Amino acid sequence: MGRKILFVTTDQQRYDTVGCNGGTLSRTPVVDGLAARGYRYERAHPQAVVCMPSRSTMISGQSPSTHGVWMNGVPLPVEAPSVAAVLHDAGYRTAIIGKPHFEPFLDPFGRFAENRFAREGMTGAGGLHRGFEHFEAATHSPAGPLHYSRWLASTHPEAVAMFYPVLDGSLEVNALGGGDTGAPQVHDNPVPREWYHTDWVADRTIAWLDSLDADDDWFCWMSFPDPHHPWDPPASELARVPWRDVPLPPGYLSDRAERERVLDAKPRHWRAWYDGTVVSNYEVPGAWVPATLTADQVREVNARNAVECELIDEALGRVLAAIAKRGWADDLDVVYTTDHGELQGDFGLLFKGPYHVDGLMRLPLIWSPARSAGPVAATVGRPVGHVDLAPTFCAIAGLDTPHWMEGRPLPASDADADARGFERVLTEWDSELFGIAVHLRTITRQGWVCSTYQPGYSHDGTEGELYDLVDDPLQRVNRWDDPSMASMKSDLLVDLWDHQPPMRQPRRRVEAPV
Amino acid sequence: MLAEGHAMTLGSIRHEARIPWPAATVWELVGDPTRLHQWFPGIVACEVTGTTRLITTGAGLVLPEEILVNDALQRRFQYRITAPVFRHHRGTIDVIALDAETCLVVYSTEADPRTMALMIGAGTAGALDELGRMFPRRDDNGDNGDNGTGDV
Repeated sequence: MGRKILFVTTDQQRYDTVGCNGGTLSRTPVVDGLAARGYRYERAHPQAVVCMPSRSTMISGQSPSTHGVWMNGVPLPVEAPSVAAVLHDAGYRTAIIGKPHFEPFLDPFGRFAENRFAREGMTGAGGLHRGFEHFEAATHSPAGPLHYSRWLASTHPEAVAMFYPVLDGSLEVNALGGGDTGAPQVHDNPVPREWYHTDWVADRTIAWLDSLDADDDWFCWMSFPDPHHPWDPPASELARVPWRDVPLPPGYLSDRAERERVLDAKPRHWRAWYDGTVVSNYEVPGAWVPATLTADQVREVNARNAVECELIDEALGRVLAAIAKRGWADDLDVVYTTDHGELQGDFGLLFKGPYHVDGLMRLPLIWSPARSAGPVAATVGRPVGHVDLAPTFCAIAGLDTPHWMEGRPLPASDADADARGFERVLTEWDSELFGIAVHLRTITRQGWVCSTYQPGYSHDGTEGELYDLVDDPLQRVNRWDDPSMASMKSDLLVDLWDHQPPMRQPRRRVEAPV
Repeated sequence: MLAEGHAMTLGSIRHEARIPWPAATVWELVGDPTRLHQWFPGIVACEVTGTTRLITTGAGLVLPEEILVNDALQRRFQYRITAPVFRHHRGTIDVIALDAETCLVVYSTEADPRTMALMIGAGTAGALDELGRMFPRRDDNGDNGDNGTGDV
């Protein structure tokens, strides 16, 4: 009998939203407990800051340029390399429960397998899909063809209309505001907690685990759709974090002139989005102007986000209790992370986009190895990435890293990281939608983060960002054009291009906005 | 508050494929509105009555369409989806002879809301891929000539 792997992902969760990373708004004792007896990573970055490219990296161990999912709406081919397939071939039982998002959700022709499974069952070769023998999907909304939607519509049809309408009548991301402050994508959702997707994901995970034999080895990817917008947790839970008591986050600049001065020192698409003139990412409400965001709206968004993080923590606790009841606790590895972050008020912005700063790039990552493996708890400050997750799962299972994976098993300490050369982590962004193209490449290394922009709608290819993460942890001072930093910038850019894989050719086609 | 310029709601997308078969042969399929489901992935059935076509998608949606142009001389087919979710839609398929043995098929989509243009347009790119498979190169190297970028 080998080690079991519970891979827990959330969607769009900041580093500082869990207690073990210094978060104070949400109570996350379960995640904190995992961190206390395992490895907590302080500089874990995604290879892309939107869902589909990032999740494709998690499953493949490849950068977006290699797996080819270069923006949301580009499907990962069903036959693409998958760590779940590697584990299944090694005898693991495999499941993904919750948000997959390897293929677009907006799919009127029903062309994508993941949108058909709830209705037709799994139809892949040998009953497998991407190496998963079990697949139950959910997303942020009960609209659509996924398993959670069908379950809610069939068992509690009255609840479907309780949720926030993620898209508006034009099928654009909804700018409708709600709550007490009118913040976008905030909504009072009367749905009972036990019908909400967070608890559903945990319930279905427990049900799948209960179906396994005691001596099965298993890999379960439990993928919570929250705390991604919309911020519509069950209204019964809102009292956990009264928004009026929420302090403004350090990244929010209350003084408008100061905020705009900081934005103006960044490449121009920052200010253009703030002013509402250029929207670079379909996944933000196009009709919402960030400059209208108020301090109270930031407080309310952060409060609801914290509630969602607490519900996730409690759901994870239930799953871990169920695992313990099966007698698997000593052989269980838990890896907890998210696909990308959320601006949540930083620089007066919400949501995400082509903005490679800590709000979006610095992620919670915790690996609590099986007690039977005798881990020594550690905090790891060296840079690691999502590209390292799939090799880690292989290592847990006692397998070598397949040649097609680009990462390495996560280090167990900084000394281990140094010995194995964990020096840098790269993040890429490409988007071309409705005439707006943005392309940037970023390296994070030795306390610096450096982004270079390729020619696009707002950029001529000379722009960039350079931040000292030690002296300027909120990334307010862009030193790209600082002559005293020329050597540092040049060194980082050389290192970036030495390690950045080339974009897969021909480039995969965009099949939907998301 | 609405973003300035946010009123631009029309999406326009174009895909094309070079097919190594005579235009007349390709038009025989493309110009027959009852055979769309044979080459458009994700459309599982279509039924034509006069100038009305009902298509059924793989997701179970039934979308009504109006056939606007079916011109065998120009080899041009135009239609619009009349479902209420569309404020405007027009699909245009042109089969253009390049020489006696080769043609260019251009499939254009414009739609309001623009999100639908992207979703329908991606489907049309898949349809051109399928045409490439149905009318393969004589040397059969699988390249149908679509550059895959589309104009979004």
